Amino acid sequence: MAELIPTIIAKYNYWIYITLMMIGLYAMIAKNNLVKKIVGMNIFQTAIILYYVSIGVKKGATIPISTGGHGAVHEAVHAADYLNPLPHVLMLTAIVVGVATLGVALALCLRIYSRYNTLEEDEILAQIRKK
Amino acid sequence: MKIIGLIITIITGAFLVYAAADFPAWADPNSPASTYLSPYFIENSMKDTSVPNFVTSLLADYRGFDTMFETTVIFTAGLVCFILLRISGGKEPETSHYRHVLTGVTVTLKKGHKIPESEDFERIDDLWTPPDLIIKTGCRLMIPFIQLFGLYVIAHGHSSPGGGFQGGVILGASIILLAISHDLRTALEKMREKVVAILCPIGVSIYAGTGALCLLLGVNFLDYSALASVLHVDPIAARSHGIFMVEIGVGIAVMTTMIWIYNNISSAGKYNQGL
Amino acid sequence: MFWQIDLAILTLVVVTAVASLMVKDLLGAAILFGAYSFLMCLLWSIMGAVDVAFTEASVGAGVSSVFFVAAVFRTSRRTKD
Repeated sequence: MAELIPTIIAKYNYWIYITLMMIGLYAMIAKNNLVKKIVGMNIFQTAIILYYVSIGVKKGATIPISTGGHGAVHEAVHAADYLNPLPHVLMLTAIVVGVATLGVALALCLRIYSRYNTLEEDEILAQIRKK
Repeated sequence: MKIIGLIITIITGAFLVYAAADFPAWADPNSPASTYLSPYFIENSMKDTSVPNFVTSLLADYRGFDTMFETTVIFTAGLVCFILLRISGGKEPETSHYRHVLTGVTVTLKKGHKIPESEDFERIDDLWTPPDLIIKTGCRLMIPFIQLFGLYVIAHGHSSPGGGFQGGVILGASIILLAISHDLRTALEKMREKVVAILCPIGVSIYAGTGALCLLLGVNFLDYSALASVLHVDPIAARSHGIFMVEIGVGIAVMTTMIWIYNNISSAGKYNQGL
Repeated sequence: MFWQIDLAILTLVVVTAVASLMVKDLLGAAILFGAYSFLMCLLWSIMGAVDVAFTEASVGAGVSSVFFVAAVFRTSRRTKD
């Protein structure tokens, strides 16, 4: 137990990311309302982004913008001084694509509502079975 | 369903916790993610492209092909919203209401009849409520500054956080703010449906066209150093300018997609007064 | 980076995520999701990912909340779970 506590503290970002991911997964499977399912999908997505940003962190490094500015082309840049920019790039586009897919999901919700007049999953399934 | 979901969640979570024990330590500079590819980008970004913000140079230059298709995905999402809601659901209602602006008298007309366009009458809907003067005036004052900030963010993506994605979202949000504070018809007068639908593929085409221009100049797709002969600058500055052209294309595509999705969702495809 | 602030925000993130899924009012869920996104944005700016934080502040906390409110306005507001 004594050696377990430092491990928990040292990686607490990872534990929170797993918790958030499981909250989102549970909401996507078990929630009855379609808008709640979409909220769960977004929480799942944000958890993955949290994981990616977490692996880009380096101790003693600053944000990935060169401190020299435009004039300092010939100065040597050390990779250890800056955070890893690669996960940031991947996640920046993922967020914007995420909001576009959120729009598509909500548009599908509106179409379902205009046809079945409800957003509860069990009521929609009951109406489909009745036909 | 709740019990099955809980069981699946707990099993998946247990696997992830088990896997997390093998992750590199928190903020380790020698972790595998930070040792192979990213040092090259950090050390050569200034030499290759003269862009101080590594994220921008990585986004639009080193990984330009990836970002091009992300932009295409965003355009496709806007198109899907349009097809789902506007084409199948956008029917004219049986009766239409017009309000006389000065007296507040409402006129109801049957389908097919129309009042000639004039300043005196405005089209309203069943759920119409009088707009708040303070909100209308405040938003009208704020919108130009929001748009100016959006343009600043696009133009300064090279040396500060920002770029085409963020600036495009801010520009789109300014039009969405107009649609919320007034109504959707006012916003559609400023930014017509046709303009939105044409500008969105134009934004993607600017991105792809920049790449194709490099191809025509005899180098690889999206290798901006070829633009040096067109722009009369050295190849390093040409890559910086190429990134800027691409960011403008991304900004236009993202801005119009945000407006397009909002227009369709807030009015369920009918393009009436919206929220 | 102060780990105390980091830990406090991480706790609040979990609280808002659970709350936005538990609340019975869908409009409340949309607003709580906006708060969740903004806390995430703070977390990333603490971690040094300024571009990601900027994007999340404009997209997650701004536009996606508006989309949720618009969709809830066009459909029903109450839910059973």
